[in-house]
Amino acid sequence: MQKDTVSWRILKDKIFKGFVILLSFVSILPLLFILFYIVKNGITSINWEFLTHLPKHIGEAGGGISNALVGTGILLIISCILAVPLGILAGIYLSEHRKGRLSYLTRLCVEVLQGIPSIVIGIIAYLWVVLSMGTFSALSGGVALGIMMLPVIVRTTEETLKLVPFELKEASLALGVPYHRTILKVILPAAMSGIVTGILLSVARVTGETAPLLFTAFGSPFMNFNIFKPISALPLLIFNYATSPYPEWHSIAWGASFVLVIFVLILNIITKLVTKRWKVQF
Amino acid sequence: MESTVLKIEDLSAYFSEERILKDVNLSILRKRVTAIMGPSGCGKTTLIRCINRMHELVPGAKVSGRVFLDGKDIYTMNPIIVRRKIGMVFQKPNPFPTMNIYDNVIAGYKLNGIKINRNEQDRIVEESLKKAALWDEVKDFLYRKGTFLSGGQQQRLCIARALAMQPEIILLDEPTSALDPKSTSHIEELISQLKKDVAIILVTHNIAQAARVSDFTAFLYLGELVEFGTSEKIFSVPEDKRTEEYLTGKFG
Amino acid sequence: MSIQSLSKAGRSELFFQGVLYLSACFLVVLVFAIFLSLLVHSIPSINEFGVGFLFGKIWDPVFGLFGALPFLVGTLLTSFLALLISIPFSLSISIFLGEYFTEGTFSSVLKSAIEILAGIPSIIYGFWGLFVLVPLIRSLQIKLGIMPYGVGIFTASLILFIMIIPYSASIGREVVQLVPSEFKEAAFSLGATRFEVIRKVILPYARSGILAGILLALGRALGETMAVTMVIGNVNVIPDSIFSPANTMASVIANEFAEAMENLHLSSLVQIGLLLFVVTMIVNIIGRHIVKKMSVES
Repeated sequence: MQKDTVSWRILKDKIFKGFVILLSFVSILPLLFILFYIVKNGITSINWEFLTHLPKHIGEAGGGISNALVGTGILLIISCILAVPLGILAGIYLSEHRKGRLSYLTRLCVEVLQGIPSIVIGIIAYLWVVLSMGTFSALSGGVALGIMMLPVIVRTTEETLKLVPFELKEASLALGVPYHRTILKVILPAAMSGIVTGILLSVARVTGETAPLLFTAFGSPFMNFNIFKPISALPLLIFNYATSPYPEWHSIAWGASFVLVIFVLILNIITKLVTKRWKVQF
Repeated sequence: MESTVLKIEDLSAYFSEERILKDVNLSILRKRVTAIMGPSGCGKTTLIRCINRMHELVPGAKVSGRVFLDGKDIYTMNPIIVRRKIGMVFQKPNPFPTMNIYDNVIAGYKLNGIKINRNEQDRIVEESLKKAALWDEVKDFLYRKGTFLSGGQQQRLCIARALAMQPEIILLDEPTSALDPKSTSHIEELISQLKKDVAIILVTHNIAQAARVSDFTAFLYLGELVEFGTSEKIFSVPEDKRTEEYLTGKFG
Repeated sequence: MSIQSLSKAGRSELFFQGVLYLSACFLVVLVFAIFLSLLVHSIPSINEFGVGFLFGKIWDPVFGLFGALPFLVGTLLTSFLALLISIPFSLSISIFLGEYFTEGTFSSVLKSAIEILAGIPSIIYGFWGLFVLVPLIRSLQIKLGIMPYGVGIFTASLILFIMIIPYSASIGREVVQLVPSEFKEAAFSLGATRFEVIRKVILPYARSGILAGILLALGRALGETMAVTMVIGNVNVIPDSIFSPANTMASVIANEFAEAMENLHLSSLVQIGLLLFVVTMIVNIIGRHIVKKMSVES
């Protein structure tokens, strides 16, 4: 009797372990499926023309996604201009003032900002920019993406600055270097790769965002460099083409998905490499 | 009367490629306290962790040699059975923070999924706590978390937890190193009480403690069993020069 | 150094401190401004419908009737269904990475896969769901003899479940690893199997952290827009089964916001956004608070 429960318990232990391993690997099957479909359907669309030409009308063969590539580039530039300096400055403030009411409140707000659903950010950019300018525009899309980038940049800046050894700061201050020059010339450069990681991470996060662009950047079938006009973007193009009834457009959407996934993956890999080097430094 | 409960033969233990124990041979008698002493890093803790097969839980750990419990090689048995027959008390008191005092005492039964009725449970809890000399102090709040107890009380709770499984041997891994002198003397008294029922193996780096409570003493140095004998003999006329040097405080 | 240049240094010092202070303030102002804008633009709808907005079953822009109940039901159903499906999987990954395989090839493969899963944009999940998952569900529905919509609550939950695994799994792994080894060893020394140690020592100890991970995943699921929008079917009625097409709070905004002409329609959509903002904020703050408390304690 005693013996039986022991072997039963050992069996249970083994079954449980098997179950854990099985479920863990089952959870990454969808990832493999998704990547498989994206590569299988996407890679055939990719060629030079696809990347450099505008979309054609329905019924015409060929055509590309150059407008969306340019659009995504412009949106990312606008959002970086808005979010990077602000995010870094706020990150410096938080790492220099670890305690205090404003720091507490700011950290809380960064958390809240990170949790806001992207569609709500879209509404905000619409209310603030589109309503006041009276038109959908690249600028409003950039504002939406910029707001989404902020929390990631603030947090990684704060975290990496905290890792910079205090001795470095003391050494500089002991030389009579003023505080602000110490921060800008000594601390920031020492933490640069960490901060760059944060920026790359935030870019990776917003590049695929669609929801905040639906009623801000809006999308456009034309090449557009005017930031006060509607503009296309990769994820918007995927959404519009994927939900259209035309098979030609579907294959363009697969191709665009392939480009988007590759871009995001490469950003993630670079981020990882930078972080690795960063960890070795200190 | 003087019967052997545990016999260790040519036991070597490794951590990755490093050999921590070198061919240790040792016999443990029933109802006696055997102290294992030696400078830190000599393999004391590894030795007792090999006895209840805890050593192998560490990645990269290996063991060779044999350990017989009542004539049966524990390395041919399932570790979970071995560990139920050989209880262990750790250096730092570690009552389960998610359980109350009562549940901590019968944790062995709960964890092992052994179903016993309430009366039997009450009896085991009371008996074990009494044996661990803790009953009078905690009987009124058995259903509170054990975390408010003092360090010494927590350690006695851990002893009660080990006793509840009715083990044949209890391994004590420097049980007083994290405690104040008063709690230490409590535990030492307790050890002398407990040997009426079980064999005790006590790892300590405190020479005075080994002399106070043990019947037999083993001196371990650099993974090697240098000397083993009755405590009387070891502490009065050690045979090996290294034992003598250790006892007179020549190595830290 | 002359007095003049010293005071100049002092001035740029002050300027620098001021800029830092203002940027921190800006973040606070930004969040409050977001909340206030949503609130102000919701006022027409709040005045018109009051609390009834939450219980109204009909959403009909043509007749100017806006009740958000169908979307509340749709959001809650998809999110909780997705959570329910994801729990055994994310728990398994937490235990796999936190206890069984804390290092080695096995664990780094799984870890990178989870990271990639978290990095893939939601539009890709939606696209894949629309072209691969929806036909699959449709054929399943034909076999089961129910209306073969393909799209609907269940399909959306399946997509969501894949998307939220990384969130609860990564926090779960952290808290499982935080369980002090002394307690695990105590349990092993009493003769427990690893399964018993996991069930009776590790999981009770890590319980609140695991819960926090699930909360954060819920926050993510509640606000997820694109993937859901593409596979849920976009129907503004209360779903009568988990296979019916429906709409969530996020998906109705995505569908109708750009075309909302009347003020009341727009305001009602903004109010849904306000609700989404408040709910996800509460869920996230509670979740992060628990995680922080746990890592401080250990």
